[in-house]
Amino acid sequence: MIQSLLDGVLVGAILSLGAIGLTMAMHILRFANFSHAELLSIGAYAALVFDGLFAALFPLLSEAIGPLSLTWALAAAIIVSMAITAISAILIDRVVFRRVRALGGELSMVFASFGVALVIRNFISLIFGLKTQLYSEDIVFAVILSQDPLLLVKPDQVFALIAALIIMLALHLFLSRTTLGYALRAVAENPTLAEVNGINLKRMIAVVWTIGGGLAAFAGVSYGLTNQISPVIGRDLVLPIFAATIVGGIGSVYGAVLGGFMVGIAANLALVVLPSGYSPAVPFLIIILVLLVRPNGLFGEARA
Amino acid sequence: MIGVISYFVFFATVASILAIAVLGLNLQWGNTGLFNGGVVAFFGAGGYATLILGGTQQADHLGGYDLPYLLALAGGAAIAGLLAWVVGVLTLRLRHDYLAIATFGVAVTFESVMRNAEWLAGGAKGVRGFERPFREALGDGFSYNILFLCFVLLVGAAVYVFLERLIRSPFGRLLRAIREDEVAARSLGKFPDRVRLTAFVAGAVIMGVSGGLYATFYAFISPQDVLPILTFQIWAMLIVGGAGNNRGAILGAFLIWGGWTASGWALSRFAPVDVQLYTGTLQFILIGFIIVGMLMWRPQGLLPERLVVSHSGARNKHQQGRKE
Repeated sequence: MIQSLLDGVLVGAILSLGAIGLTMAMHILRFANFSHAELLSIGAYAALVFDGLFAALFPLLSEAIGPLSLTWALAAAIIVSMAITAISAILIDRVVFRRVRALGGELSMVFASFGVALVIRNFISLIFGLKTQLYSEDIVFAVILSQDPLLLVKPDQVFALIAALIIMLALHLFLSRTTLGYALRAVAENPTLAEVNGINLKRMIAVVWTIGGGLAAFAGVSYGLTNQISPVIGRDLVLPIFAATIVGGIGSVYGAVLGGFMVGIAANLALVVLPSGYSPAVPFLIIILVLLVRPNGLFGEARA
Repeated sequence: MIGVISYFVFFATVASILAIAVLGLNLQWGNTGLFNGGVVAFFGAGGYATLILGGTQQADHLGGYDLPYLLALAGGAAIAGLLAWVVGVLTLRLRHDYLAIATFGVAVTFESVMRNAEWLAGGAKGVRGFERPFREALGDGFSYNILFLCFVLLVGAAVYVFLERLIRSPFGRLLRAIREDEVAARSLGKFPDRVRLTAFVAGAVIMGVSGGLYATFYAFISPQDVLPILTFQIWAMLIVGGAGNNRGAILGAFLIWGGWTASGWALSRFAPVDVQLYTGTLQFILIGFIIVGMLMWRPQGLLPERLVVSHSGARNKHQQGRKE
């Protein structure tokens, strides 16, 4: 039970990072982006490629950091992967979404995002194969936190959680203390009014995708580090991430953080009662529950 | 020769069954602007329910009601409609991307329940033990398939005529009015939420009929038949054919299903063995490109929605429609 709670917090951090980017894009571009979770896959695989590259070029870097299975090479690869994923997110927007936005309504964008997700996911399978992979073949044993009740935690999980929290804090400071952060919030509130006040909407959209892509990449690597890397990361995480944004209220960054942790914990606790085969259905049950009790989420506002 | 004809009958049957589902989606998306991300759940609900209601007694799961076939098919459609009603009541009054997310969630949940709940529908083994109507008289061969194709075409034609009349009726105008300008419709004393729910449930019932026919055709349904890709295929059919146009929906169904089977055949015939492992992957990329490409370059589809001008003078209707 407490173990599930602990695992839930760790999964929750990953979902939060995914949900922050999704909720921002949903709020500013006004569409449910079903391809957002594929950014996690792009991030996980980009890190895999550069991890291998760095380790081959600089053998010194393939040393693991402390008790983690994370190597210096992978740590550097994470930074590169965040940049690559951010660029991919901007490119996808420029090539596909911008054009669809101009031609059709918001729901055409939702259709297009499903198409984009299908293409990205299967291209990844084509390039990297359908098999699952790991960043490190070394087995890192879980640390026993307490014997009774038995609590196990892997050092990598602790790293992922702490790093996620630091990233969220940095994002909070960025949104609340910088001019760019202010501009971003203004666009989210009212795009037209923000433009009248001289904010460059196109640039803000690029900023949203940069943040969303970067956070998603880190979430993807964390997922790969604590579970495994496979082409279906996006397919498996899309619904939990959506559940997190709905729990938090669409458009609320802080709601997304809280929603991510709540969905992670709830999903892990639910598996105490439900057989694990039902785990894909749990986020849906959470969504239905939220829609019944508080349709606009914890921090969301009603909007048609 | 008989082999080719027999294959053609088989192909036409499956494509026509899918075309019925596309017609259902067209009512939801094309005419009413409702996004259904879980077509496969309503299709599957119809299929499963038809086999369970009309099937023989099964040892380890629900079944054995032995209802007459048409009643079982109607029951399947009703179950699909019920599922849509529950989802619709919860989500239709909220912002519209909630419906997209919730319906997508329904499909994921439906597949996972069908895969795991053995007491309900046999789990991964699926539902068997269904006696297809008239099988004793006609056997399993060619003549049976011809008869079944005729039945599917009959049902498809009935659905088509029903929808064509529906969209020309005052209710159809109301659907388009709500799609185009909800506030204006509300100001005229209409209830957009209620109308949307009706259209959503009606579309799901049609998908349920399609699923019921599909399950009948194979006399078997399993979780492998309700994978998310089917939803994307049905969307691609509607988008290619032209959302809002029932003829387009049918054309799209035949084109996409033709492309899907042809690409599968070509890959299994000509591709090297290690590429064949990725047949599904390549086909999924194709479907993804078709959806994205159509939305980028021809969002109205091959047969665009014909603008209906709602003047009372029926004689001018044709000309005016052309002018617009």
